[in-house]
Amino acid sequence: MKVIMSGNEAIARGAYEGGARFASAYPGTPSTEILENMPQYGESVYSEWAPNEKVATEAAIGASIAGVRSFCAMKHVGMNVAADPIYTFAYTGVTGGFVMVVADDPGQHSSQNEQDNRNQAKAARLLMLEPSDSQEAHDFMKKAFALSEKMDMPVLMHVTTRVCHSKGIVELGDRVEADVPDYEPKIKKYVTAPANAKVLRKTLEERVEAARAYANDCEFNRVEMHDTKIGVVTSGVSYQYARETFGDNASYLKLGLTFPLPYDLMKDFCSKVDKVYVVEEMDPYLEEHLKMLGIECLGKDVIPHYDELNTDIVRKAFLGVEPETYTTDMQTVVRPPALCAGCPHRGLFYCLSKREKKDHIMITGDIGCYTLGMAAPLNALHSCICMGASLSQGHGASIALRDAGKKTKVVSVIGDSTFFHTGVNSLMDAVYNSGSNLSIILDNRITGMTGHQQNPGTGYTLMGKEAPEVDIPALCKAIGVKAENIKTVNPNHLDEVEAALDELLGKDEPTVLITRWPCVLKKFSQQDLDEFPTLHKTQCKIDQDKCKNCKMCVKTGCPALISTKEKVVIDYTSCNGCTVCKQVCPFKAIEEVTR
Amino acid sequence: MSEVKNILLVGVGGQGTILASKILTSALMKAGYDVKMSEIHGMSQRGGSVSTQVRYGDKVYSPIVGKGSADVIVAFEEMEALRWLDHLKIGGKMVINDYQIQPVPVNLGTAEYPEGIIDHLKEKVDVLSFKAADVATELGNPKAMNIVLLGALVKAMGGLDDIDWDAEIEANVKPKFVELNKKAFHAGYSL
Repeated sequence: MKVIMSGNEAIARGAYEGGARFASAYPGTPSTEILENMPQYGESVYSEWAPNEKVATEAAIGASIAGVRSFCAMKHVGMNVAADPIYTFAYTGVTGGFVMVVADDPGQHSSQNEQDNRNQAKAARLLMLEPSDSQEAHDFMKKAFALSEKMDMPVLMHVTTRVCHSKGIVELGDRVEADVPDYEPKIKKYVTAPANAKVLRKTLEERVEAARAYANDCEFNRVEMHDTKIGVVTSGVSYQYARETFGDNASYLKLGLTFPLPYDLMKDFCSKVDKVYVVEEMDPYLEEHLKMLGIECLGKDVIPHYDELNTDIVRKAFLGVEPETYTTDMQTVVRPPALCAGCPHRGLFYCLSKREKKDHIMITGDIGCYTLGMAAPLNALHSCICMGASLSQGHGASIALRDAGKKTKVVSVIGDSTFFHTGVNSLMDAVYNSGSNLSIILDNRITGMTGHQQNPGTGYTLMGKEAPEVDIPALCKAIGVKAENIKTVNPNHLDEVEAALDELLGKDEPTVLITRWPCVLKKFSQQDLDEFPTLHKTQCKIDQDKCKNCKMCVKTGCPALISTKEKVVIDYTSCNGCTVCKQVCPFKAIEEVTR
Repeated sequence: MSEVKNILLVGVGGQGTILASKILTSALMKAGYDVKMSEIHGMSQRGGSVSTQVRYGDKVYSPIVGKGSADVIVAFEEMEALRWLDHLKIGGKMVINDYQIQPVPVNLGTAEYPEGIIDHLKEKVDVLSFKAADVATELGNPKAMNIVLLGALVKAMGGLDDIDWDAEIEANVKPKFVELNKKAFHAGYSL
């Protein structure tokens, strides 16, 4: 049967068909939909959200050691978090076939950095597959489990945003069931104490060379001979741009298995063409290997080392051709993303924004929707480095500023899911080492930015079962934060937020403020409706007779407020009734009305 | 081998081009074409500029519509039509929803929304513009705006009249909205 699928849907389907029985992931764009598409195969494959990528990877490794085909999935930076287990799992090899799906984000559509994880396959020695569209994403994933078992190596399934989020036609197949052997301990294989690990270190290189021999003649690597004046070496979605640029006027070495690289095949192909072009996104991964083999080629001298590629860029780089287009002198205005109308983060950031200007506080931030607290008009977030970093950065800054004799107070903001990811041990550091930063946990009852995934605090699992909830105040208390230093507020009530900030910022020890209100876009659970009964019940309306057009409400940055020179109106299709604008209006011109 | 056709649906995050593009791509596959579609998820969806790119023909390689190559651009918001103008093929058509969404800098008074976009574009290219929400409201629900725009897109593309669009709408829309959406499609097609 043929269906239209995104690369992510195709990977999920391929895992099901390939005989996977266990899947774990932490959400992250552009990888999130892979696991979101697993529960539909729930009768054959168990799937779960893990608190972070390291945990997801370790859980899948455990399943593999137990003899079951398993996989984990994450965005590119998630692989940094999961680097510790995967680098050593490469040594031990697998029992059940194991695949780590890693989605890079060239062009940084939704990421804090742009890293080419093909380098990690080389560094860790992971067998790497690179599909170029949805059909290959499906086919490669399906075959990856048996390949992993055959080579006794973990597979890195390397995809990029354009493979994950593009849709194409996929021919589906049937599931292959793999036997699960009875468990037998393999201590020399899996206990990487130095005596064993030194042996594994040597056999790892042997496995890599066996895989390289396989790569020279395998179904994942393909030669397409046409005109031989130009030979293009390429992999992943870059193949599509190359194929469109050169058509049948070039021959192609289309690589799908890119670690270990098939040196003999590469040399053979390049010897049959007059000139070699390398078309690849981000780092010169293929190019460096070609040059190491002594093959003259043209790649990154004409193609940028960074950002996403497309056919226009490849065509201009190699053929010097640019498309004819319409032009205009009329300028467009940029559309920076903003916190949604009714977002529970707005009230908190509005209060922080006022203090930031008045009291010169330092605000360390983290990864999530609330990173948008940095945007105008709030401008109330000063850093964003990686998941979980806000609390530990805040701790380090608070100690450093204190010891330098500065009065600057430090506030750290982190979302609920990010706190569970890697924020808990950061808070532990602050408490253990007597820091003085205020840690604010923005608990919007869901993982928001990636599109509403359950997490250990929401009470539900990926597969829809009810689950125990992490009690955040109790957890903070168990870590050692004093009970009187932990406050929970409704962030839509500015007076509550202000009172809590006044009290907690006045202390010289670790403090925690929890803002608890659900993301307005979330599908509410019965528990949400019971706990937050006013959700979506009201909207705000401006009484134009009372309004003096002072624009104070616009300073909240709410996109439901449409401001023109003459007046401000509230767009009723957007307003969710958070009432933050009503609370900041100095003329009481905004009223709350029943929806 | 027939030439690959290119369509761009552009708008602002949250306007919902998903259903229209789902019906479109599913219909094109059943009509025997190779189809690819590309969109970007994530942070840009929080009120940012978004695009859905659809390509079809005998064989499609890249999922991305390049500059100067779109046969039709459907803009769900008028400034987005202007933003994507350089992607229109010379001689291509634009379908523009006569509707404005103010970006944050305009709201804060640090930038002005350009005036007269539709008239400006009409001087350069073949433009069909109308208030899609009004057309949909007359049919009973402003939310059918997407399908009105889809109807107008199918007409503007040409060559897709053999497809049973009513059947595609039935296959992709909840039963209680089928009639509304069929009417919306035909209203858009007749504009």
